[in-house]
Formats: sequence, structure tokens, C-alpha cells
Amino acid sequence: MKRLGALGSVLRQLGQAVVVVIGSTLFLSLLLRLLPVGLAEIYAGGFDEASRAARLKELRLDKDPVTFYLLWLRDFVAGDFGPIVSPGGGTTPVADKVGSALPISLQLMFYVQVVALVVSVPLGIYTAYRSGKRSDKAISYGLFTASSIPNFVFGLLLAVFFGVTLAWLPPLGYVSPGENLVEHFRTMILPVASLAIPLIATYTRLLRADVIATLREDYVTMAVSKGLSNKRILFSHVLRPSSVTLFTSFALNMGALMGGTLVIEQLFTIPGLGSEIGIAIFSRQFFALQSYVAILAVGFVLFNTLADIAVGFVDPRTRERRRA
Amino acid sequence: MTALLSIKDLVVRFRTPRGLLEAVRGVNLDIPAGASVGIVGESGSGKTVMSRAAMGLLSGSNVERSGSVMFDGQELSSLDSVQVREYFGTGMAMIFQDPMTALNPVRRIGTQISEGLRVRLGMSKKDAMKRSAELLAKVRIPDPEAVLRKFPYQLSGGMRQRVMIATAIACNPKLLFADEPTTALDVTVQAQILNLLADLRKDLGMSMVLVTHDLGVVANNTDFVAVMYAGEIVEMAPTTELFANMKMPYTEALLKSIPKIDAPTEKRLPVIEGRLPNPTDRPEGCGFASRCSYAQDKCRQDRPELEDAGNGHLYRCWYPLGSTIARKSS
Ligand code: SF4
Repeated sequence: MKRLGALGSVLRQLGQAVVVVIGSTLFLSLLLRLLPVGLAEIYAGGFDEASRAARLKELRLDKDPVTFYLLWLRDFVAGDFGPIVSPGGGTTPVADKVGSALPISLQLMFYVQVVALVVSVPLGIYTAYRSGKRSDKAISYGLFTASSIPNFVFGLLLAVFFGVTLAWLPPLGYVSPGENLVEHFRTMILPVASLAIPLIATYTRLLRADVIATLREDYVTMAVSKGLSNKRILFSHVLRPSSVTLFTSFALNMGALMGGTLVIEQLFTIPGLGSEIGIAIFSRQFFALQSYVAILAVGFVLFNTLADIAVGFVDPRTRERRRA
Repeated sequence: MTALLSIKDLVVRFRTPRGLLEAVRGVNLDIPAGASVGIVGESGSGKTVMSRAAMGLLSGSNVERSGSVMFDGQELSSLDSVQVREYFGTGMAMIFQDPMTALNPVRRIGTQISEGLRVRLGMSKKDAMKRSAELLAKVRIPDPEAVLRKFPYQLSGGMRQRVMIATAIACNPKLLFADEPTTALDVTVQAQILNLLADLRKDLGMSMVLVTHDLGVVANNTDFVAVMYAGEIVEMAPTTELFANMKMPYTEALLKSIPKIDAPTEKRLPVIEGRLPNPTDRPEGCGFASRCSYAQDKCRQDRPELEDAGNGHLYRCWYPLGSTIARKSS
């Protein structure tokens, strides 16, 4: 019975994943057919009659939309993300682009999450212990204000101020860590900051609220009555039960962060998936776009599933429920 | 006999948005070494706040405390919330009403029992765990080794309360505060826990303060009883004397409200007609006047002081039960 339950929940997750991926890509695929300029025109506009037919056949544009989609889906599942077709007729596999762009995007997200946690955990604890005092109010209002600015506006402000006015940091561009580690970090500071600040605000607020609630718990009073030090009580009794919401939010924000990354990458010209998607849109590489969207959908579902598992790890009660 | 814990003029006030809430209003109480003392009252009577304040567990920027608390020859009220922890575990310990909320849900039983031993007695992790298993056996938990590895939600309510008791007595405290230790439990388990506490007290030579709303609980388990109402002690006597010679109408009302043992758990809280006076705005005169069936005009105007009836029996009433003063029932 127990095993079946665990299996059932995995199957349910998988089912959801499949629905999300198929739903979003099918939607996009059919949407592409509604473009005012036909796909045939876009992909084979400059070709003469003879090669045009061959070209359309090669790109499967001679098929009806549903067959086309199903064939694309089959290839996608097999790991073939389709071609990027240059106007001249040459093609590069989308998989190559993904291979170079995806790690850069993931790296950006990783930096953002690490920075957000490193800043918000101490801040959340500090404001909780000082709740209602002036320092708590100042930090809380400050973060709230910062988080109400959309991240691309924030990114733009940061880029102009630190990158142009003060010229302390490169306002845009990307240097890989292998090339020059110091420059790499210098180029990452502004994009990471613009994505991390709203997260810091969210995480700090969540942790603060949970720590305040935990400090009122009987088991904290009990811990005090055992004669433990404040530091020990914080680390062994307060922090873990207080971090469940933070952890959930952390994991769920991986998905949300993908959206933010797309925008910020283009703003700071970081050659990640977001920039590739931008290029695909502007150069009308719709097949590539469809594969990118599918990859994002898979990533989104993956992160949300990991979120569930992570929460179970922090709170043994949910772990038990999952097993039961 | 010198008192192990001596509380003098203890006043506790909370600053609230609705004004100053006076939860404890000048309590004097001595806990002799080796004795078991019951503190009885309805919820809201100040008994829990009083015991936590006496131990020094009330902290927070909205708490005002005054008066003196002497423990084992040391004045505690001059210590701050960190200094007073030197006395926790080894000197004083507390068990709480609801073992579900007083045990940390995300930490194993073994860790929770042993951490006091490690911090307060400086035991190694291994020794502390071994001692924790012995403690679990002492509170009559079968298969202690296995229980050490469990989380609180995996145990029954009675087992959890035993775990909490084991945690509290781990460092051999001289004084154990037990705050409604059986209220959250089934009737049959209640008796077991009370017996366990009585046995442990004898074994370890502990003093105990038993805080409860249930006069039935203190009847068999205490040497001395203090009845609290609206932040004050209204009657205090050796247990046998109190039950033989009850003076306070409030105590009588509490006694009458003791529910039948077979009543469903949620009906077992005492019910006395009327409500406690608003703690931010105390009435003049006797705080019980609005609910007392013996109240006279004098009760509503003048506040009664603690009177000594002899035999160590104190009461706070103008028209005590069993007195010859003529009274008309209203
Ligand atoms: S003083 Fe009066 S009102 Fe108060 S308990 Fe005694 S008889 Fe009742």
C-alpha cells in the first residue's frame, strides 16, 4: 500500500508534467499558424518554385498542423530539438544552441538563489528577533519598496547607475568563468542583483514571519526552560521549523526565476536561453522557439517537483504523509 | 522549614494595545523543599503566567515584572533572561500542558532529551543518549532505544507527555513546574501521569508546583494548595485543611464544577457562571462579586484582604463559608 502511494504521487507528477509540456507547445504550435505571414513565406520566401517545394518538405511544412506537431513532438522526446534555418538555407541544430545557452541561464539562476538566501536568511532572523523595533521596520519597508519595482526596471536602473554613471561595473556583456573569473563575477553582479533583490524581499518576509511564529511556540519556551543558550535555541529549535515556507518559496521561485532570467539576460546581453529566445523571436525562428518553450516547460515542472521533495526533506511530518 | 522557592509581591503586567493588563497582582507564595504545591484556578486566573514569571520564563518587551523571587537562596528577579538559565534544568524545570506543541515537531526524541544533558551537564553525545534511554525507562516507556529515534508525531499523547517529563527531569531539577500536565490527555492516562509524577518526586526528592484548573487533581497529589482568581491568591491552605474547611465561595464553585470523570474530554473544563473580570480594568471590591452567590453590597465596594484562619489557612473573602456571619443568599 505504501509503495503504491509513493508510486502514485510520482505518476501524478509525471502526468502533470506531460500535460504542461504538451499543452504549452501545442498551443504555441497552433498559434504560429495564425501569423499574418505564413510559415512557408518566412522559411522559403526567397526560394524559386522548384527548391521551395523541397525546402517545405524538408521542414515538414507541407504537412497539416497536427501531423507537423506530432512529428516535432516525437523528435523532441528523442532529443532532436529541430534546426535553426538561416535565410541562406544552411541549418544548425537547436540542440547546439541549447547546449551552450542553458548552462549560462542555470548558472545565473543559481547565483541569484544563492545570493538571495545568503542575504535573506540572516536578515529574516535579525528582523524577527527585533520585530517591531526601528531596525526591523526600516529593513522591512526598504525591502518592500525594492521588491515592488519590476526586475527589468530595477536592472535598468542598476545598469545606468553602477555601469554608466559610476562606471564601477560593466553595464552589460558576459565573460565566461573559464575566460576570466574576476571579470565573470563583475559582469554577473548587476544581473544577479536585479533578480535577487525581489527574492530577498520575499524570502526575508517569509522567514521573518515564520521565525516570529516559531519563537512563540511552546517548544521554544521548553528549550529555554532546559537552560539552552539563545544561539543553540536558534540553530537547533527555531531555524528548521521556520524554514518550511522559505524552502517552498525558494523551490517554487526556481520556476518564476526562469521568466525573470529571460528578460534580464536580454537586458544585460548574457548569451543564455533568454537571449536565444529573443533572437529566435526577432529572426522568426519559430521551430526553434517551439523547442525552447518546451524546454522551459519541462524545466518549470521539474523545479516544482523538486520543490515538493525538498519541502518533505525539511519537515518530517510531510515526509511521513507522503510515505503513508 | 526554609522555602526552596519564595515568591514575594510578584506583579506581572503586559502592555497591550488595549491598555495595561495586570495578570498577576501581588502574589506571595513559598514552596518548601520537597513539597508538592498545587496552584488552582480557571484559565485566565493568572496561574500559568504566575508560574512562568516565577521561573523567569516570561520575556518580551511588553512584559513588566516586579517583586522578588528567591530560589535556593538566590534572588532571581535581578537576573536577566540569559543569566537565569544557569538555574534551568538543574535547578528548575517545567513541563507544559500540550506535549504536542512543547516538543519540537522536526527533531528526534533522543536529541530533545539529550540536549539538556549535554549543555547543562556537559555530557558527551554518547553518554547523553545512554542517559536519555534510562530516563525514558524511568518514565515507563517501553523500548526506549527505539523511541529515541522517533519524532514526536509518531507517539501517542500519553507517551509524548512522558517524553516531556523525561526531558524536564533529565538534569535532576530541585523544583519541577507542571503546568496542566494532564489536561490534554485521556482520563485513564491522566491518572498514570499523575502517579508517575508523584513517584518521580519521591525518588528524586524534587519539589513540585502543580498548576491546574482541576481541584480533583490537586486533592490527591499535593501537600499545599493555592487557589488563584483574577491574578491573586484568594485561598491557600494545606490540602487536607482546604478540603475539610473550605472558606472561599470561589473555591467551592471550582469544586462544584469538577466534571464527572466519564464526561467527554471537551466538557471537562470547569464552568462557573459569569466571566472573569476584565484584566485591563479590574472592578473595585471583590473580583468574584459579579459571580458569587453570597455577594453583599460590601463585597462590591471594598476589596477583601487575605485573612488568616489558623492552621496555615488563608482566604480573601468578607463572608467566608462556614462562618457565623449572617448571610443572605442573593
Ligand atoms: S468577598 Fe463577597 S463576593 Fe467575594 S467571594 Fe466573598 S462573599 Fe463572594
